Amino acid sequence: MTAKPAAQARRIRWRKTKSDLMMGVTVLATVIALLPLFIILAYLVTKGASSLNLAFFTHMPAPVGEKGGGMANAIVGTLELIGLASLMGVPLGIGAGLYLAAHRGSRFADAARFGADVMMGVPSIVVGIFAYAVVVRPMGGFSTLAGAVALAVIMMPLVTRTTEEMLLLVPQELREAALALGVPDWRTTLWVVARTAAGGIATGVILAVARIAGETAPLLFTAFGNRFWSTSLTSPIASLTVQVYTYAISPFPDWQRQAWAGALVLTTIVLALELGVRWLTRGSAHVAR
Amino acid sequence: MADAGKCARCALVAMAEKLVAQHLSAYYGQTRAVHNVNAAFPPNVVTAIIGPSGCGKSTLVRCLNRMHEVVPGARAEGEVLLDGDDIYAPGVDAVQVRRRIGMVFQKPTPFPTMSIEDNVAAGLRLNGVALKRPERNRIVERSLRQAALWEEVKDRLRRPGASLSGGQQQRLCVARALAVEPEVLLMDEPCSSLDPISTARIEELLLELKSSYTIVLVTHNMQQAARTADLTAFLYTGELIEFGETRQVFTNPARRETEDYITGRFG
Repeated sequence: MTAKPAAQARRIRWRKTKSDLMMGVTVLATVIALLPLFIILAYLVTKGASSLNLAFFTHMPAPVGEKGGGMANAIVGTLELIGLASLMGVPLGIGAGLYLAAHRGSRFADAARFGADVMMGVPSIVVGIFAYAVVVRPMGGFSTLAGAVALAVIMMPLVTRTTEEMLLLVPQELREAALALGVPDWRTTLWVVARTAAGGIATGVILAVARIAGETAPLLFTAFGNRFWSTSLTSPIASLTVQVYTYAISPFPDWQRQAWAGALVLTTIVLALELGVRWLTRGSAHVAR
Repeated sequence: MADAGKCARCALVAMAEKLVAQHLSAYYGQTRAVHNVNAAFPPNVVTAIIGPSGCGKSTLVRCLNRMHEVVPGARAEGEVLLDGDDIYAPGVDAVQVRRRIGMVFQKPTPFPTMSIEDNVAAGLRLNGVALKRPERNRIVERSLRQAALWEEVKDRLRRPGASLSGGQQQRLCVARALAVEPEVLLMDEPCSSLDPISTARIEELLLELKSSYTIVLVTHNMQQAARTADLTAFLYTGELIEFGETRQVFTNPARRETEDYITGRFG
């Protein structure tokens, strides 16, 4: 079955054309999929940058009608909420992830894993209502603590599952190599397996932080918002997301401009976290051979 | 059967031999991988375990330092005597056993987060032994020299262990096992992922190390057994078919199965 050279060349050209065509289609799809990201960034920068100045970071919100003012309290509030939520969510999440990775196949672990997956799918507004019911109501008011609990609940399953996945990527041989040296099980898990997976676990934690940094719904009726400095864990606290939301739906052009600036700052924080992850995990692909 | 007689002999031999397996059987769930093995491993001798794939060689050596039970659902029956004491006796800590009976695996497994020197010292450090710097350096150098790796890595001890070649990584694993000063060294096909030159180095190493250790070598490679081992055990379908002087096992096997295997009729 030998084709004439001319016919063969034609077939090859046709195959190449088809290949180029499909390549073009997939490139186009990629560009369209990424377009919103660049439009959002461009829009945020053009709208928000003009209202961004030192005062925005250092001043308190100004009363309606007054020029200037900033979101200092909301920026600090967001950092405080994230920090507090991480303090609760990260250790619990990593602990649960260590357990799930060590006890694969036990019925309780399977149930817990399924539970974590379900928790990841729970809408964040529902988490907010939950925190309202179990923290705000019993404590008799909106509070920083309630907001942090809501965010921690969102964070926990994310950290749990990434920790587990990262630990499972560590080859069993490595574990056995440590055990064969007469290293106890718990030390092997902590100092060989977890340490090998540390980069991946850190990535998971940062991604979870980035995720909760942008949450608004669960804060609406937990941390609530505050036009002043929040001085205690039991009083309401401002956050960038809620502040942006309040300002954006307000009828005042000044507030709306500040909402754009707030959105820009928030996006920058999240982007910086994601870039931090890229930097942390650079060249660590060879670790999990 | 002859088992009873063999056993009485074992009991006597147990005093002189370093490591003795008695009526050793090993299971994965319901599957029996090793069946009623009786074998004595004398000190300062390389004992090779040969046999076709899946015959239970790896399982057998993993029973000798209680690594078998690490696999979920795996268990062992019988006794393994180390200097006459059963390592499976109630109250014996598997962790303590593994400190006395070291192991090197098929694939080189340096700890990827650790430097070359940290890898060597890992067994000590992870066991909570606090070492002063000079003491630590001394142990690292001694272990690397024993593993014939010192000259190649002495200028880059702080580099990652994973930066070495496959053969060097395997010798690093030998050094790591030696650093905790075990009495017995189990080697589970240590050359199966190495090229011939690296293999030759490991084999030289075995011959050097046997003056101070009891060595059990699992190998797929009959030439390797012939080159390095003083004693050879032939394992087939989980049973110990033949065990004797390497020369005798290879030139004048007592059992038909052994002859079939070493002449390449199966396996």
